[in-house]
Parts: sequence; structure tokens; C-alpha cells
Amino acid sequence: MNIPSNILTLILGVALTLISLWYGQNHGLMPVAASQEASEVDGLFNLMMTIATGLFLIVEGAIVYSVIKFRRKEGDLTDGPPIEGNVPLEILWTAIPTVIVFILAIYSFEVYNTMGGLDPMASHDHQQMMAEETMESSQLLAMDNSRLALGLGQSPEGEQTPPLEVNVNGIQYAWIFNYPETGTVSGELHVPVDRPVKLNMTAGDVLHAFWLPEFRIKQDVIPGRESLLTFTPTRTGQYPVICAELCGAYHGGMKTTITVHSTEDYQQWIQDNTFAQVETDGDVALIGDR
Amino acid sequence: MQSSAVNESQVVIDSQQESGHHGHPDHRMFGIILFLISDSMTFLGFFTAFLIYRAIMPVWPPEGTPELELLVPIINTVVLVASSFVMHKGQVALKKNDIKGLQLWFGITAVMGVAFLLGQSYEYFNAEFGLTTNLFASCFYALTGFHGLHVTVGVLLILSVLWRSRTEGHYSSSSHFGVEAAEIYWHFVDVIWLVLFILVYLLQMS
Amino acid sequence: MEQVHPQRKWQDYFGFSTDHKVIGVQYLVTAFFFYLVGGAMAEVMRTELATPDPDLVQPEFYNQLMTMHGSIMLFLWIIPAGAAFANYLIPLMIGTDDMAFPRLNAIAFWIIPPGGIFFLCSFFVGAPQAGWTSYPPLSLVSGVWGEEIWILSVLLLGLSSMLGAFNFVTTILKMRMPDMDIHSMPLFCWSMLATSALVILGTPVLAAALILLSFDLIAGTAFFNPAGGGDPIVYQHMFWFYSHPAVYIMVLPFFGVISEVLPVHARKPIFGYRAIAYSGLAISFLGLIVWAHHMFSSGTPGWLRMFFMATTMIIAVPTGIKVFSWCATIWGGKISLNSSMLFALGFLSSFLIGGLSGVMVASVPFDLHVHDTYFVVAHFHYVLFGGSVFALFAGVYHWFPKMSGKMVNETLGRIHFILTFVGFNLTFLPMHPLGLQGMNRRIALYDPKFQAMNELVTIGSYILAVSTFPFLINIFWSLWKGKKAPRNPWRALTLEWQTSSPPIIENFEEEPVLWAGPYDYGIDTESVDGDEEVDDMLAEVAGSS
Ligand code: HEA
Ligand code: HEA
Ligand code: CUA
Ligand SMILES: [Cu+2]
Repeated sequence: MNIPSNILTLILGVALTLISLWYGQNHGLMPVAASQEASEVDGLFNLMMTIATGLFLIVEGAIVYSVIKFRRKEGDLTDGPPIEGNVPLEILWTAIPTVIVFILAIYSFEVYNTMGGLDPMASHDHQQMMAEETMESSQLLAMDNSRLALGLGQSPEGEQTPPLEVNVNGIQYAWIFNYPETGTVSGELHVPVDRPVKLNMTAGDVLHAFWLPEFRIKQDVIPGRESLLTFTPTRTGQYPVICAELCGAYHGGMKTTITVHSTEDYQQWIQDNTFAQVETDGDVALIGDR
Repeated sequence: MQSSAVNESQVVIDSQQESGHHGHPDHRMFGIILFLISDSMTFLGFFTAFLIYRAIMPVWPPEGTPELELLVPIINTVVLVASSFVMHKGQVALKKNDIKGLQLWFGITAVMGVAFLLGQSYEYFNAEFGLTTNLFASCFYALTGFHGLHVTVGVLLILSVLWRSRTEGHYSSSSHFGVEAAEIYWHFVDVIWLVLFILVYLLQMS
Repeated sequence: MEQVHPQRKWQDYFGFSTDHKVIGVQYLVTAFFFYLVGGAMAEVMRTELATPDPDLVQPEFYNQLMTMHGSIMLFLWIIPAGAAFANYLIPLMIGTDDMAFPRLNAIAFWIIPPGGIFFLCSFFVGAPQAGWTSYPPLSLVSGVWGEEIWILSVLLLGLSSMLGAFNFVTTILKMRMPDMDIHSMPLFCWSMLATSALVILGTPVLAAALILLSFDLIAGTAFFNPAGGGDPIVYQHMFWFYSHPAVYIMVLPFFGVISEVLPVHARKPIFGYRAIAYSGLAISFLGLIVWAHHMFSSGTPGWLRMFFMATTMIIAVPTGIKVFSWCATIWGGKISLNSSMLFALGFLSSFLIGGLSGVMVASVPFDLHVHDTYFVVAHFHYVLFGGSVFALFAGVYHWFPKMSGKMVNETLGRIHFILTFVGFNLTFLPMHPLGLQGMNRRIALYDPKFQAMNELVTIGSYILAVSTFPFLINIFWSLWKGKKAPRNPWRALTLEWQTSSPPIIENFEEEPVLWAGPYDYGIDTESVDGDEEVDDMLAEVAGSS
């Protein structure tokens, strides 16, 4: 290889990196991020977009270049150079993807852990095992499945504000939200901003999935089991709640909204809705104290 | 390579090739082994499902499942395991070109297989639970039923070997694919039963 | 070669034949018929989705179409099409005269047409509507008979593909011509070994799952029904234990096709023969331990999600080896941009996109956002259509002269390619942003804010539908009026080109000669020996005859 072509390669490499980095940050493909989890996921997605753009440009570039440069001339019946392999090159293109994949896996693991994905196993189950230690050893295996929580739990980081708990029930084709603190029942989800929300979810008939696109989280809702989803809204506004698991003909219509209120507005909402349902005032007073 | 000119005769030629007499070496045993690998994956699927239920259910077997009667299944196990050895004697006899011996031992094996199936039916008719009583009962019937189906096929294979062995020279010490295939299948069904017996019957006792 | 060798008559293709070449063509034509049927269903779905309201078809019917489209495309189009190439090519490529078990082979094929018709008949009793995944409990409560027909058809088609797999493995391992050792057989055979291993190990588990599902449906057991104490997640594990490997069953044969097509039309040896061969085996091994990546948001605990994320991502490494090796194969070659090569390059560029989005969805936190959205729909159409179907067309154009004895019309072939490539990207590229923005899959009615992009997708799908016409015209026209094909129109080195086009009934007039490896382009083989016959073939490959 002569020097000019080396410089060309260098320029190409730099351009490729720049384009990938730029596109990875500016693809504009994601909807607004309305929760802590969402920004974490977006960071991960941006990295993946960067890598994907780079790989895309390299491979497609190689194809397009070959097609233009290495065309058979009319009447040329000779063959190309008999190159059957190149060990260093092959090691290189085995090693680089391996490294990329490891980085992606570790980063994803971190994000998932921050989102609280490993919490249900870490805390919830542990307590259960302790409780069962007193029982006969043969029954240890027989873990109560309906108590095995699945989904996203508390993030191991951050201040441990007690989360707002809401019980969610998915039925064909509606979501029902039940606020155990106040007894409020609603068809829409209302939550205060900046306070963790914990959803205890179950389904009444078939599988559903609880999806908040602007929060980047999703968890199947399973009859006979409890799954949970914990997240912290960071942006007020109204966002869709979508059922993402095929649950019948009107699966597409199984939607509602989540409204993220400022703390004051949220109190107001709770108050309005609790009175509307003629609950005892005691509960409301408690909420007001918080 | 034969160059047959007549189109219609092709089917005949092909089927001759398949039985391994013509041209190619016989690969059917290899095919049978592939099939058994595959079939064992079916059982693996059933067994794993069973084990998962066992692991995740709070009470297993579910409350109210009557104790399984062990006497008949134990006899059945003994019969089935013994039949594998009996059957092998038949194959050994054939290797010595002793067709009568083959017929004798395979005949006994078939009878033992039928005895197993009868024992199984006895169990079905006398069980205190039905197919839909609970998850354990359903698993019990699905697993033993699917295995019983295999035993039935095995018996039919043995009977067809017996039927063919009446033809002079159909089986000999050098040509015995059918005999070997039936035998290896039978051993396979036998081994599956042992696993099944441990899982379904023995593991339920506490 | 004055001796007259018998050829197949056209009637043979409509009956029970044990000739692997006839069976191969039968598979291909049958599969293509179902592609048109499944594609027509997709067009109805797309027309429905052109507007946000469910106004063209009822939502129930939409779900039926969606289920049937997915199941037909997978079980009646891509999997049988892979078997089609395997049947046609394996014995020719390894220089033998038929499969190990010809009658079994014919039976395997003849299960498919009745199975497929039976499957289509489910429309008369209300087709299944729980998606091609048929998750209980939904599949247990939305119409018994449609679902039962779905189960039985899939069992039948699964049986057919298993019978095929036994045959392929036995033939490849046991029937290669004497001088051909396993490292000098064509890569297509390697890829069929990897595929068949998955069929043999995976399909029975699906069968087990479906048998239990069938009990739940008909006999009232509760294996998967939480209402009776069962567990729907167990079904998902069993289903994906097969159905993830199944996606490699659907793509590995076509990886093989690409490994055959590229060297011939780029006039260069395949780059990294052994790496490609073994990476296929690696893919099929890894493919067996990644299934739960379809269940990240379902009933799987956190640690399990992490494990399956890691194993899934690793698959990018062996697949990357293949993709890079293919690029290196064309690099520096002498490329003829004929229809076959165009589709092969179309495969390379589209499969890459599908693979990259595959690695993205393998990342659990990201998948929690896009699972069951159009992003996933985009992913799998890029790998299935952009991967398998493009490679399939490359294979059809490559081997059509061999199968029919006629050359195809290149101009029509190029038009076919351009329409397909444009239509394909227009249809499936916008699905990525759709999914990311919040459009979930399997819905007949959607948020009006997605309408513009959906219209684009629908237009793209119409272009795709139109693209099949130049192809069909080309095939019929070429069969009828096409130029006669010489025995080796591409000057290729694999053995199927050492016999007439179409090959005679027993495949080879005389024992084929292994005078070069399958990809020894540009390698000086003239000095091998002075055999007159080899010289003939050399001249043929060099293009001077
Ligand atoms: C031909 C079929 C096919 C193929 C080949 C693939 C290939 C892959 N698939 Fe795909 N997949 C499907 C068909 C297929 N898939 C289908 C049908 C579904 C949906 C089922 C349903 O729900 O209905 C699905 C769904 C699906 C999911 C579940 C998504 C969800 O439902 O939420 C996941 C998650 O991990 C996944 C991952 C992958 C990965 C990692 C690959 C990898 O094999 C891809 C590897 C390839 C590459 C990566 C490109 C080339 C490599 C390089 C250039 C090297 C460098 C690259 C890197 C370092 C990144 N697929
Ligand atoms: C190999 C597999 C394959 C192929 C090739 C295709 C091809 C196409 N697919 Fe499909 N698709 C799947 C496999 C495949 N699909 C699977 C597995 C699912 C998931 C199902 C599920 O969720 O359960 C799916 C789901 C799916 C959806 C999502 C449905 C939903 O979630 O609601 C959509 C939506 O646009 C779609 C569209 C298309 C289109 C437009 C094509 C086009 O490429 C089709 C182009 C059409 C043609 C080429 C035929 C045109 C022919 C004619 C018009 C002539 C008709 C003549 C006669 C009948 C004689 N597909
Ligand atoms: Cu509930 Cu979809
Ligand atoms: Cu998968």
C-alpha cells in the first residue's frame, strides 16, 4: 500500500467515526423521555445506534465499492485473485465484534440493574427463602410461584423514597388502577412527578403487557402471577399506556393514559377522586400529611 | 450407475436402493438413530415441563392428589426391563442364523410388551383421578400415555418382524435391519420408561 | 455423450416421485404458491393498516389474517423453500445419484400440500387468531377449531421437516462421493448440516408443547391455563425452545445459498471456507441456548434475562464472520451483476440491517421498550425477507438453468430485483421508527399520529406485490421460450454443473470428477493431470468452449 491510500483510509476512518457519533446522538427516533429509566435506555440506544451506523457504513460501503470497482469487463473470462483467507484479518473481525458485544452486554447489564431489574430476585425472593428456611427442607423447592415477583423493582441507587403503590389489573380490554393508600379506583393512571411509582400488576383473563413508551418500560401482566414495574416519572404531562401483548380482537384498543402531575396537582386529583367515590375522610387527611 | 431407459421402472429401482440391496450401502440404521435422538427430545420436552411444574408449584403434587399405587407400575417396570434382555437374546439367535430362536424370543418380548400395556390400562381404570383432576393428574396421563403409545408402536414393530421372519431368508445373520431397528427402538422405550418411572412415581413419594 | 439418457417428463412433477430433483422442484413450487397466498394476506393487512380505523376488515379477521400470514410464511414458505434447495442440490453437489432415503423424502414432501390446504381450510371454521406464537390462555379462548387446525398443521409440517432433516444429515455424512472429504464439500452442505441439527433437536420440543396445548384446548386439562392451576410461561419456554432455533432453520440454508452464489459470480474463491463452515455450526449451537430473548418482558426473572441477553449477543460473532467473509469474497473479484448476484448483494445489505437490529433487541433494557412493537416486526422482516427471501431468489436465478434447462431473461430479472429492493425497504424501514415511537404490533386499529408512516409502508408493500409479476412472467416465459441452457452457464466448479441441464435421471452420465475444489477460482488447476475429460471441463470453466 502506498502512502496516499493510507491517508485516504485514515480520512475515511475519521469521517466514519464522526458520522456514526453524530448520528448516534441525533437520530431523533425515540419519543420524549419522561422518566429516569427512559434517559438510561436512551443512552444505551444511542451507543447502539452509533455502533450500528459504523458497522452499517463499513459493510454497505464495502459492498457498494466492490460493485463499482470490481466489475467484470465484457469478454473478460479470467478469474479474480485466488485469495482463500487471511488469518490476521479473520482474527480481527472475530475479535472486534466480540469486544463490541461484551461492551454492549455489560452496559446493558448496568442499565438494567439501575432500572431495578435485578431487585425482585435480590430482595423479594431472599426474604421468602428466609421465611421458608424454617419449613421442611423438601418444601424449599416448592416456592410459591404466585408470590414470585417479575419485572422491574427498586433501583439499587438513589434515595429510597417510599414508592407510590398502585395495583394494576389488566382485563380484556381495559386497565384498572387501584390505589391501596386511598382506595381510589380509576381507569387512568395518575402519578406525582419525581416520586417512584410501584405497580403491582396482574391480569384477569389472558396475557396483557403494560407498556409506557415514553418511559421505555414494559412488563407482561400474567393471570395467576404478580409482576411489578417500578419507575420514577421526571416530566409532567399526559402519555399513553398501551397493552403490548396480543389479547384478543380489540387488543389495539386497550389503551389509556398516564398523567404525571406536579405534587400539588396530584394531591388535588387524589382528593377529587377519593371524594367522588365517597371514601372516609380519614384516608385523605393522611395523604395530606405526607 | 445403472442407466435404466424405462421411466416407469424408476420407482422400482429407487425402492430397491432404499432397502439397501442395490448399489448403496445401507444407511437406515443411521437414520433410526437420528430419529431416536429426535424422539428423545420430545420426551425431554415433556419431562422438563413436568419438572418445571414440580419446581414452581407451591404444593406438588397439588393438594388432594391421591397416593399413587406402586405395585402395578413396579411389576410393569420389571417386565419392561426384562423384556429388553429377552429381546436381545432373539437378536443373538439371529446372528447365529437361528430363525426359530429369533421368533421365540421376539414372541416372548411381544407378550411382555402387551402385558405392560395391560398393566398400564389396569392402572388407568383404577386410578382415583381423571385426566383433568389437576395438573399432576394431567401430567401423569400425558407422560404415561405418550410413552404407552411408544410401547404400542414397539409391539407392532416386533409383530411385523415376526410376520416377516416367516418368509424364508428374509432375515439372516447378514441381513437383519428390521430386527436391529426394532430392538434399538425397544431399548430406547425402555430407558425412557425408567426415567419416567423415577420422575412420575418415585419423586412423588415423600 | 451420444448415449441417450432418460429425462424427466413434465408429468413426473405432478405425481409421487422419489427422484430428489423432482421433489426439490415440487417443494419449491409448492412453497412459492404459499408465498403468494401469505403475501396476499399481508396485502389485505397492509390495506387495512393504511388507515387508523379497522374499517376494511373486522379486528377478529385481521388477527386471523395476521396469524395465518405469519404461520404460512414460516411453515409453508421459508422452511419448505430451504428444503427445496437441499433436496435438489445435496445429491448433485456431493456427486451421488439420490438421497439416502428417497421414499421417505417423497413422503416428507407429500405431507406439505395436504397440510397446507388443511391449514387454509381453517378459514371456514374461523381461523386461529392468537398469532403465530399461539400463546395461551388467549389461544385457548379464541375459537377451538381454528386453533386445533393450526396445531395439527404445524405438527404435520414439523414432521415433514424432521423427515427431511434425517435424510439430509444421512446423505451428507454418508453418501459423499469417495474422494470428497468433509472439508471439500460445498458450503451449502455444511449449512444444511447445521440446519438439520436444529430441526432434529428443536422440532420435537415444539411438538411436545403443541400436544399439551391441544390437550388444554380439547380435553380441558390445564397445563398452560392459569384458570386451572397451569402456567402459560411454560408454554412460552417450550415454544421458543423450538421457534428461536427455527429462525436459524429459516436462514442457515440461505446462508449456504449465498456461499455458493457469491464465489461463482465474483469469480473468486470463497473467503475463509472453514470459518464459514464452522461458524454455521456455532450459530446452530448457540441458537439452542438463547430462546428466552423472546420473553424478556414476560414471566422471566432478572438473572435469566441477563443470561439470555449475553448468549444472544454472542451470536453476532459467528454471523459477523460470515458477513465479513462474504464481503471479502466479492472484494477484488470480477463481479457480474446478473440477477442472481443482485439478489445476493441485496441479501447481504438487508440482512446486515436485520442483524444489527437483532443485536439491539437482544439488549434487555432496550427490548423492554420495543418488544412487541413494529421495531421487532421490522427486525424480523429484515432478516426473513431481506435475508432468507432475497437469498432464495438469488438461488432461484442461479440454479434455474440447471433445474429447467433454460436461461432466464436477465432484464426481467433486474426489474424484479429493483422493484423488490425498493419495495422491501420502503415497506420495512419505516417500521423501525414506528415501533420506537410507540406503535405496537398485532393491532388492526392504531393511533392516528402514525398514519403517514403507515401509508408509506402500505405503498411499499404494493410495490413488493407488483415485484412478483416480472418474476412470474420471467419464469413462465423462460420455461416456454427461454434460451437453452448449457450444462455450465456460469462456469462454476461445484459438481451439479458437471452434468447436463437439467440433469438426467441418475444425475451424472459418468462418475463426476473432482478435479478442483468447489471454489478454486483463479487457482491454476491445469497441471492436475492430462486427463482429456478434465481438460474438457477446464475449457468449459475457462469459457473457451
Ligand atoms: C431469519 C430469521 C431470523 C434471524 C436470522 C434472526 C437473527 C437474530 N435475531 Fe431475531 N427474530 C426473528 C427472526 C430472526 N432473527 C423473528 C421471526 C422474530 C420475532 C418472532 C415473533 O415474536 O413473532 C425475532 C425476534 C427477535 C428477538 C425478540 C424481540 C422481541 O420480541 O422483543 C430478539 C431478541 O434478542 C432477536 C434477536 C436476534 C439476534 C441477536 C439475531 C442474530 O442472529 C443476528 C446476527 C447478525 C448480525 C449482528 C449482523 C452481522 C454481523 C456483523 C456485521 C458483525 C458485527 C456486529 C456486531 C458486533 C453487532 N430476534
Ligand atoms: C418469511 C416470512 C415473511 C415474509 C416473506 C413476509 C412478508 C410480508 N409481511 Fe410479514 N410477517 C411474518 C413473516 C413474513 N412476512 C411473520 C412471522 C409475522 C408475525 C405474525 C404474528 O405476529 O403472529 C409477520 C407479520 C407482519 C406484519 C405485522 C402484523 C401485525 O403485527 O399486526 C405486517 C404488517 O405490515 C407484515 C407485512 C408483510 C408484507 C407487506 C410482506 C410482503 O413482503 C409480502 C409481499 C406480497 C407478495 C409478494 C405477494 C403478492 C401476490 C399477489 C398480490 C398475488 C396474489 C395471488 C395469488 C394468491 C394467487 N407482516
Ligand atoms: Cu390487552 Cu392487548
Ligand atoms: Cu429468537
